[in-house]
Amino acid sequence: MATKEEQQAYAEKIKPIQPKPPYIINCLKAFLIGGLICLIGQAIQNFYMAFFNFSEETAGNPTVATLILIAALLTGLGVYDKIGQFAGAGSIVPVTGFSNACTSAALEHKSEGLVLGVATNLFKLAGAVIVFGAVAAYVFGMIRYIFQQMM
Amino acid sequence: MEFFWAFVVGGAICVVGQLMMDIFKLTPAHVTSSFVVLGALLDAFGIYDNLIEFAGAGATVPITSFGHSLLHGAMAAADEHGFIGIAMGIFELTSAGISSAILFGFLVAVIFEPKG
Repeated sequence: MATKEEQQAYAEKIKPIQPKPPYIINCLKAFLIGGLICLIGQAIQNFYMAFFNFSEETAGNPTVATLILIAALLTGLGVYDKIGQFAGAGSIVPVTGFSNACTSAALEHKSEGLVLGVATNLFKLAGAVIVFGAVAAYVFGMIRYIFQQMM
Repeated sequence: MEFFWAFVVGGAICVVGQLMMDIFKLTPAHVTSSFVVLGALLDAFGIYDNLIEFAGAGATVPITSFGHSLLHGAMAAADEHGFIGIAMGIFELTSAGISSAILFGFLVAVIFEPKG
């Protein structure tokens, strides 16, 4: 096994010959697809507000659920991964990426069975988001609550 | 006009994520985790609500809104039940997102076959 110093030295050595990611093109792609997903979200949100009497505040919930359904289906059909290869963060940052992480992890382990494969691995990738979100919300909630009590 | 700002703001948030991946070599899981914490932090200062008012789905569709909704539910329950309310309300607003992700993720995994 290589020691940590050796690994670092190697990483330094290969740095000049590693290909640089095309920053601007990647950003443009992410901007286009990410913006497009939000645009679709806005259209769905307007739809729920116009036909189901949701207010602007409450329409976010069904919108997110609909996007998650669409993304899960696209993942099952193998389309979302192709979008992801093109868009990078543009397909990861929107809530559809969360759905994609859940569904793809579950699909990948399907051969291990429904309980140990699908159900156990559903949150393998997406679990980090829920853990960090809940911990952060807890901590910030405590701080804000204490501030509110002191004011 | 609301479509334009939803597109621009949503796209801009994704560009930030892309830069984090390209420049700091973060994995997608690191990016989304940081964004959720960031969303909760922005909501703690009351900034994220203004962004939602301005950009609509451009602010509610990116994963940052997940952190914002977590804290929002926690604070709403804390107003009602005090300290314990934070734990009671934390998943209140995000319930639709998480439960539908579980349901649809499970159903799709059962129905479809893995590709590739």
